[in-house]
Amino acid sequence: MSDQPAGQPSGAPALSGPRAETGETTAGAQAALVGLPSTPRPYGGYFDHVADALARAYPEVSAAVERTVVDRGELTLHVRRENLGGLAQQLRDDDELRFELLSSLSGVHYPMDKGRELHVVYELTSMTHNRRVRLEVAAPDDDPHIPSVVRVWPTADFQEREVWDLFGVVFDGHPALTRIMMPDDWPGHPQRKDYPLGGIPVEYKGASVPPPEERRQYA
Amino acid sequence: MSTTTDPYAGTRETTDGRIYTVSGGDWDDVVTDAAAQHAERVVVNMGPQHPSTHGVLRLILELEGETVTQARVVMGYLHTGIEKNCEYRSFTQAVTFLTRADYLSPFFTETAYAMAVEKLLGITEQVPARAQVIRVMMMELNRISSHLVWLATGGMEVGALSAMLYGFREREQILDIFEMITGLRMNHAYVRPGGVIQDLPPGAVEKIREFLQIMPKKIDEYHNLLTGQPIWLKRLQGVGYLDLTGAVALGMTGPMMRSAGYPWDLRKTQPYLGYETYDFDVPTHPDGDCFARYLVRLDEMRESLKIIDQCLDRLRPGPVMVEDKKIAWPAQLALGGDGMGNSLDHIRHIMATSMEALIHHFKLVTEGFHVPPGQVYVPVESPRGELGVHLVSDGGTKPYRVHLREPSFVNLQAVAAVCEGGLIADVIASVASLDPVMGGCDR
Repeated sequence: MSDQPAGQPSGAPALSGPRAETGETTAGAQAALVGLPSTPRPYGGYFDHVADALARAYPEVSAAVERTVVDRGELTLHVRRENLGGLAQQLRDDDELRFELLSSLSGVHYPMDKGRELHVVYELTSMTHNRRVRLEVAAPDDDPHIPSVVRVWPTADFQEREVWDLFGVVFDGHPALTRIMMPDDWPGHPQRKDYPLGGIPVEYKGASVPPPEERRQYA
Repeated sequence: MSTTTDPYAGTRETTDGRIYTVSGGDWDDVVTDAAAQHAERVVVNMGPQHPSTHGVLRLILELEGETVTQARVVMGYLHTGIEKNCEYRSFTQAVTFLTRADYLSPFFTETAYAMAVEKLLGITEQVPARAQVIRVMMMELNRISSHLVWLATGGMEVGALSAMLYGFREREQILDIFEMITGLRMNHAYVRPGGVIQDLPPGAVEKIREFLQIMPKKIDEYHNLLTGQPIWLKRLQGVGYLDLTGAVALGMTGPMMRSAGYPWDLRKTQPYLGYETYDFDVPTHPDGDCFARYLVRLDEMRESLKIIDQCLDRLRPGPVMVEDKKIAWPAQLALGGDGMGNSLDHIRHIMATSMEALIHHFKLVTEGFHVPPGQVYVPVESPRGELGVHLVSDGGTKPYRVHLREPSFVNLQAVAAVCEGGLIADVIASVASLDPVMGGCDR
């Protein structure tokens, strides 16, 4: 099997070349992206109902949810990782909430969000009430641990393995956190922003076309 | 027996016991040999190169006699880094990668992604009605072609070879329609943020109407051939059972969930692209076995035909791309002697008459358009279930992160649930009934 989950993304090649600059061009916008402010009440639609029901079912909600953002008609709860397990259980089981399907689980790497570089995004679906909610949990690069939700939603199994494989997030409590896309002995976590795309120069009619990440950037 | 004389991979001893490479011969010989060594369990590796694993899927099966006691999935053999690649291309270019993910239902990935970009841009309402109808029509045609491949390959794997011939024959007609409209049989990149790349060519509507005439009879033919057929029933009925509780827990959606009796279809429950205005039903079946999935998929083909018919009646003349010229690209295509490309009129315009147009064209092609920061999740109902696109933009001209919630990937988690406790021969039927497409699964 692969290196143990406790291992750091040690093998990731170093940041170099034009890639280093590409992240900087929109730094202002990126800061705005990870720092979207909390949306004041009322959120509109069923979002208020979900928030009320969650407050009833999970009394520590004010400490657990750092920010509640409503953007483009979607509700995002930024949850502290310590509270993810308890919150997830209530979201699934409470009669008013009933988010019984974890539609999607994906990772996003924000190197500019210092101390919270690795984000994991959970898209929840309530088939009972026909609603959707997004949870977002963050962990720092040097302590990439987030509790596993496999116990609550078994469908998280492969998806957490994918996020471990491609981002290096360690899901504590996962029954068998091994690589799923890359070979077992692969060094590094390829979808992190500090991992290069790779590629080789391509010769075409005598000229050489560099790999995508080394080409001229227009934006 | 043949196992010991295989020049490439013979029998060898390891610390975990003897390893055989079986390539033909009698299974009884292997079992007898294993029994003679007092091996209580046999672990069989199936795939990744195996005709019944739908591409490069690898299954590891632990057997007791012919009963599967444990089944595990190994994937990743077709991982091509599509999500990562998208982060290095403009929002429009990313479509050409995503269409290659699930190669049997490319229009769904394209449409879900285009809708996600439009949602981030806030132009969902500005996508022309004609483009939306064309998207729906192409997706429903694609649903039929995808189900036909499932019928063809799934049928072949359980021994119904005629099903394969029939399925691919009808699919070919749909691919002809796709080729006529998009220029390509597969990997179309036809749906782009803002609409579709070009309008339907002359004759396309007639060709689709012709197909609508033929297809219902073909579905009857499949029923006549298979539905009451004793071998077909024996291979599928009561095999690969998964109930609703298991389906929800494992994240099954689409025909997997509907064959367990729950009519969850995003086209009905969370409609998009105007699906709420179309008249169609959501077929379900209470049994939750392979045969139920077969019936659900055949019925879904009929419902898709109904939707396509309504689409044709709704096609009104009009644009197929948003008005905003800063987003609409490529939108001036024409078929030339050397294939599809920018129309000569457009080239004449930018090269000969308008410097501003040339600058604009250059900016749009090289740089693309800026998308305001934020994240969205847009799900659509693909032939395999919920296909979701989680798209993050940092305000630049390239996606910051694209994630595909691939139903093939999620549904493969059910392999252990549907295979364990059954016979090894039923593994084939069970995995086929999940309808995984490894291109989408591994991305």
